Amino acid sequence: MTAQTQPKIFDVNKVRADFPILARRVHGKPLVYLDSAASAQKPQAVIDAISGTYGTEYANVHRGAYYLSEMATRAYEDAREKVRRFINAASPSEVVFTKGATEAINLVAHSFGRAFIKAGDEIVLSAVEHHSNIVPWQLLRDATGCVLKVAPMEADGSFNLGAFAAIIGPRTKLVAVAHVSNVLGTILPVREIAGLAHAVGARVLLDGCQGIVHQPVDVRDLGCDFYVFSGHKLYGPTGIGILWAKPELLDAMPPYQGGGDMIESVSFAKTTWAPAPAKFEAGTPPIVGAIGLGAAIDYLNSIDRAAANAHEEELLRYAMTALAQVPGIKLIGTARHKAAVQSFVMEGAHPHDLATVLDRSGVCVRAGHHCAQPLMELLGVSATTRASFAFYNTHAEVDALVAALRRAQEVLL
Amino acid sequence: MNAESQRAQGLRDDLRTLYQEIILDHGKHPRNFRVVEHHTCKAQGNNPMCGDRVTVTAKVDRGTIADIAFEGKGCAISIASASMMTDALKGQSLDTARKLADAVRDVCTGKDAPAEMEPYLGKLAALSGVRQFPVRVKCATLPWHALLSCLDGPPAEGGQIKTPAEGGQIKKPEATTEK
Repeated sequence: MTAQTQPKIFDVNKVRADFPILARRVHGKPLVYLDSAASAQKPQAVIDAISGTYGTEYANVHRGAYYLSEMATRAYEDAREKVRRFINAASPSEVVFTKGATEAINLVAHSFGRAFIKAGDEIVLSAVEHHSNIVPWQLLRDATGCVLKVAPMEADGSFNLGAFAAIIGPRTKLVAVAHVSNVLGTILPVREIAGLAHAVGARVLLDGCQGIVHQPVDVRDLGCDFYVFSGHKLYGPTGIGILWAKPELLDAMPPYQGGGDMIESVSFAKTTWAPAPAKFEAGTPPIVGAIGLGAAIDYLNSIDRAAANAHEEELLRYAMTALAQVPGIKLIGTARHKAAVQSFVMEGAHPHDLATVLDRSGVCVRAGHHCAQPLMELLGVSATTRASFAFYNTHAEVDALVAALRRAQEVLL
Repeated sequence: MNAESQRAQGLRDDLRTLYQEIILDHGKHPRNFRVVEHHTCKAQGNNPMCGDRVTVTAKVDRGTIADIAFEGKGCAISIASASMMTDALKGQSLDTARKLADAVRDVCTGKDAPAEMEPYLGKLAALSGVRQFPVRVKCATLPWHALLSCLDGPPAEGGQIKTPAEGGQIKKPEATTEK
């Protein structure tokens, strides 16, 4: 193993001890989990918060006039406040809990989209989008007759700001782009995108699923109008996501779903809505998911996040160099501004076959189109293999990936 | 040999069984990789999970597969399966083709194929390696789903997926949807 320059400022073994699953073995080999961009592993603090809530503090929220319900409600709303602080929103009422980032985007497409986007209006996406930031807009297009446009990217996966500026205009009502590409790792120039979009009067939605994981996010500084992300990629549980939106937008937007908990008063003649965020949280919400996400945020605040992110960046550089030295490997996505996600293809070996062989070495990577088929088409590949890194990954794990890839070549080539 | 290294050996053997020489050969050098001229049927198999696609074309003449070929993109398992399928089915009756599709599914899922089908299976028996890799079974069966859609589809350039005719033992292909 060539354990090179381990950053001294970040004690990776200390954080690894916080993630119990990292100690397990797979097929008799130490687990090498390089698929955190699909879903991150959970620290013990999150697991404890979930089981602790169910074990001692659980009841429905916003309903019961009894102690347990009050406790659960407080924990749920505390989680909202933790999210607010984490993204520097002005008020917790701007933070809507959803079941995931996908639902958050669908909420915006359905509510904002149907209320404010008309036939002939334009929505601009980027070439790197995940299906969850494409398909909701296609559904909206089919319902309203609006037009979808796609901002191109450069061959290395970087965003082409000039081409973007050229395709937006007075008809552009919304720009919906990833903060960070889940396939290429490209960090999009979101402040500049937001500035250009606002100059033509368009709103901006950022898909922050990958973005919020690898860098601090300040929604007011980014200048966007909507920011969405999922809990499970941020070391929290599944089934919880966040929609942040500017308060004037949440006020103007009609409800997305009807039900309990989102009303002010209901009669058969007329129902009036509760103000946001309750207006968008019909039914019993993902209570324990929100509390678990709050615990994940507490955990992230307890570690040196700047050092953790620097460690991820260093792992990415190390991996890019090491992978490029394996014969037949071509890196996909080499933009200058990148987060710790690396796609690649190996000559003569399909990503699925690679992933199967790697798995038998205990190495978990993602193979396939990564829910970004239009991007795959642009790249001229049907699939890639993707290794993604979290702060709990090590240089030795990158070495294990490379060694497993060389073994895969023996099996497959 | 201690338990750990025995296990490691077992895992390597699993991989060697999956990626046998014949699978790698057909995966890299697929036979009948083309479109059948004047084909009478055509269908696409699509694995939405991974984006792999296989298009099967065949010329059926009085109940016999006169020619069959495929095109597509996919992993070694799906391409090898398609390639060996086209080799195995040329000149066979539709009835044999359907029975062979069932037998291949049996082989891939760990069941014994009917003894009467053994001679037809031939090198397709190499696909049995996927038994140890449940997520890869769909890769092996993808071209066979496309085949069934092809044979059961409308005679024109239909390409859509249909439930096989009544009486067949073949279930509706679950991994093949096409928009």
